[in-house]
Amino acid sequence: MRLDLRLPIGLMFSLFGAILVVYGFVSNRAIYERSLGINVNLWWGVVLLVFGLVMLWFAVRARSPRPAQDQRPPAAS
Amino acid sequence: MERIHLGALDYALLAIYFAFVLGIGWTLRRFVKSSDDFFLSGRSIPAWIAGLAFISANLGAQEVIGMGASGAKYGIMTSHFYWVGAMPAMVFVGLFMMPFYYGSRARSVPEYLKLRFDEKTRGLNAITFAVMTVFSSGISMYALAKLLELVLGWSFHASIILTGVIVLIYIFLGGLTSAIYNEVLQFFLIVLGFLPLVLLGLKDIGGWHGLTSRLAVVATNAGFEPGAWSHSWKYTDAATHNPMGVEWFGLIMGLGFAMSFGYWCTDFLVVQRAMAAGSMTAARRTPLIAAIPKMFMPVLVILPGMLAIGMHATRGGFLPIGSDGQPNYNLAIPMLLAHYLPTGLLGLGLTALMASFMSGMAGNVTAFNTVWTYDIYQTFIRPGQSDSHYLRMGHAATVFGILASVVAAYAATRFNNINDILQLVFSFVNGPLFATFLLGMFWKRTTGHAAFYGLLTGTFAAAMHYGLTLSHGAVPGIKGGFLGAVLHVYPSEMALNFWTAIIAWSSCFVTTLVISLFTQRTKTDDELRGLVYSLTPKQSDEAMPWYKRPVTLAVFILVASAILNIIFW
Repeated sequence: MRLDLRLPIGLMFSLFGAILVVYGFVSNRAIYERSLGINVNLWWGVVLLVFGLVMLWFAVRARSPRPAQDQRPPAAS
Repeated sequence: MERIHLGALDYALLAIYFAFVLGIGWTLRRFVKSSDDFFLSGRSIPAWIAGLAFISANLGAQEVIGMGASGAKYGIMTSHFYWVGAMPAMVFVGLFMMPFYYGSRARSVPEYLKLRFDEKTRGLNAITFAVMTVFSSGISMYALAKLLELVLGWSFHASIILTGVIVLIYIFLGGLTSAIYNEVLQFFLIVLGFLPLVLLGLKDIGGWHGLTSRLAVVATNAGFEPGAWSHSWKYTDAATHNPMGVEWFGLIMGLGFAMSFGYWCTDFLVVQRAMAAGSMTAARRTPLIAAIPKMFMPVLVILPGMLAIGMHATRGGFLPIGSDGQPNYNLAIPMLLAHYLPTGLLGLGLTALMASFMSGMAGNVTAFNTVWTYDIYQTFIRPGQSDSHYLRMGHAATVFGILASVVAAYAATRFNNINDILQLVFSFVNGPLFATFLLGMFWKRTTGHAAFYGLLTGTFAAAMHYGLTLSHGAVPGIKGGFLGAVLHVYPSEMALNFWTAIIAWSSCFVTTLVISLFTQRTKTDDELRGLVYSLTPKQSDEAMPWYKRPVTLAVFILVASAILNIIFW
């Protein structure tokens, strides 16, 4: 594949997740009145972060063997 | 009406999304070397990506806003668009039609028509498709810009220019691959952006049980049985018993067969995604993979509408009232966003709305530039040029397609009826197409003349039917009956649309069949190899383990949608 799509997806959702989690911690509790008293930024931020990291993990795992081989060319054999 | 106020954080999320969308286009630009790369992604897209792009391209703003509105207006019967309409059609296109679309190496749906029939059938399809795509894209641009103006107070012009420019840049740079990759990103964003809304709404209303008890109020207020909004089949014994105003036969034949197969099996906007797949197996799996998330889409797009109307009826005016005295159903999803989501998630939800809009628009633009370049420009205007010439034309067509969409969007602001008129014309043109493909793919005797005149007859018959009938309570004009005499009155607009599709399909089918019998075949068996079922070697999946075979996936999808129909009976 020319660009592993899981990489941008993983990056974007991890970033979204991280921002929302941080905001969930620092934001005023009063804004969660409309979301039934649930700190949705924090909780949904965690969901997004986990989703993003899983995508990233898949992307990195698919990527890692190739550069390793490239760095040590046939010289070894 | 109260406007939604966005915080700095909401704008930041939107900006990050724009940056990623453009970044994907920028990264992919190096891989566009030939027209094949630009228009067909070099036929190298993995099945899961093509599959998600397949539904995402269809999940435009009109789908999201429109299905939400229908969920409010008709209740769970709207799910028929998914579990009766889309599922069987997607299975059919994957199992039975993809072998010919992909196997023929046609680069577009009109090009398949050229290979199978002749140049005039291709021309007819290509030109109507190109015009319709540009208008669809323009109308959805208009719809979104209007919505953003209403709920956020954003400038109409700014919304149109901003989204137009972003979509233009990423398609211009990376072609179809860029559109497809972004559609997958957009798909996840739509799911993860709308899901918290649905969960909060459901929790607030007291779960499914709380929802049905409120919908019972909606139904009895409207003069139906209490369960009319929460049962999909129970009240379809007669058209007058359900809010959609259709009985089971019109529903199955009109929506389930004529309309859905016409859309999912012949619309190049979606078929293009499967044609870009990396192999025959991947192409066949594309619509099947797409069908799995599609099955659960009602939760994201229809349920919010049902929640909104439930609250509207029992909590006093959740939805703003439009000028016609009816609640403004189109605002179901935006109102829920405003009601439940605080700054942060609100930005995410809004980004999801923008994403749905962009995916739909990019789908239209990529389908347009391909059909324009291959089926109109290369065929009728300047054949025999170098590949780089057509690649340049593809870039130019992308710019032109977006400009034309913008013009169409502004035309929609000038003429109130343009939206309705175009939807109508689309239905006349699309209605008969599936009959042509069905006969073309499965009966080698079907001739080019028959296909061409069959299509024209189907379109004409649809227009006649629409012109001579009317839906209950409507005034003759754009809503039907424009030919003066009204021969039949349907209980609802939906019923009228379904029956128009049935008429279009049947008349095209019969005409094509009859003319075929009276005209000479112009293509030999040899020329039709790979294009017609009886002359094409069967796809053998014997080598694959059973759980990887497309048939297994297809059976799973059909069983699952049958179960969903029974659960929400």
